Amino acid sequence: MLSRLLICTWCLLCSFRAFSQEAVVPVFGLKEYQQRVQQNNDTLYVVNMWATWCKPCVEELPYFDSLRTEWKDRPVHFIWVSHDAKSRTKQVADFLSKNNYTAEVFILSAGNPNVWIDQIEPKWSGSIPATILYKNGQKTGFHEGDFPDKKTLQDFIHAKQ
Amino acid sequence: MQKLLFTLLAFVGFSVATMAHEGYHVGETISNFSLKNVNGKNVSLSDYKDAKGFIITFTCNHCPYSVAYEDRIIALHNTYAAKGYPVIAINPNDAVQYPSDNFENMQIRAKEKKFPFVYLHDETQEVAKKFGALRTPHMFVVQKSGDKYVVKYIGAIDDNWEDAAAVTEKYVESAVNALLNGQTVAIPNTKAIGCSIKWKK
Repeated sequence: MLSRLLICTWCLLCSFRAFSQEAVVPVFGLKEYQQRVQQNNDTLYVVNMWATWCKPCVEELPYFDSLRTEWKDRPVHFIWVSHDAKSRTKQVADFLSKNNYTAEVFILSAGNPNVWIDQIEPKWSGSIPATILYKNGQKTGFHEGDFPDKKTLQDFIHAKQ
Repeated sequence: MQKLLFTLLAFVGFSVATMAHEGYHVGETISNFSLKNVNGKNVSLSDYKDAKGFIITFTCNHCPYSVAYEDRIIALHNTYAAKGYPVIAINPNDAVQYPSDNFENMQIRAKEKKFPFVYLHDETQEVAKKFGALRTPHMFVVQKSGDKYVVKYIGAIDDNWEDAAAVTEKYVESAVNALLNGQTVAIPNTKAIGCSIKWKK
């Protein structure tokens, strides 16, 4: 009886967990992106452009995640902007849940890349990964390509914040 | 003096690095190249005696953007090869880091998708570097002018990688159509989201 109850509770928890994880990956356009990253406050927004299928992106996520945990008491907010197709919210949610990643994530679906890439950063060629820093509504740093280790990422953030 | 020299050297070093990274621009002449096709034979631009130009795409097997565009690249070749602009697909990715992009897997993919165009392996990555290709897919439309090949368009295929049915701007098609009609290309540079080219480490 007890074991049955336990199994039921476990199933319920699992389904709840799956449900809650799926619900946390919204699909945003460019305006919503700008509203999220360009805020008039002292918080540094570290925006990472990535996708679940992008190997160099996925390889550098642990550095971002580790700094996020380390700096949780500092005014630094990490946003992982996924470039997965907007039809793949479930796959993105599954990936985050599997890796226990809890950073803010949304999928960017902003129409013509020839328009929105320049609006985000004229120096950006459009390849991922790429990382952009924002503070007080202003862009303070941009890096195209992956970071080889956590220290390089940390140095980049320190130099540009 | 030493300081000045150092600054000067640093500047030269920086410019060289930037220049090497940038590659060809619209209006510049490209060098011919010779790369191995999936059938094992080398292909170079000068093999195409009747071509008026080329639709060159840096692409690969593994990148979802490249995969999303495969059918559209096939369609481009089927439309424009007969008009003098065949597609030349080049895979520059490092096969050590990405075994799915190795020569054998290129052969498999070309067969599966029945690529009507050549699919070349840029094993040394020299051609991609020379072009300044940064991501896959990255398109270069070149026009033959005498014995020269001049770049006329660099960038995206169209404005919607996710959904071919929702495309409103067909950049490559417009560029090639303009060239075929003796007109200038209205939009010669565009940006696209893509997978970074996997350079050898």
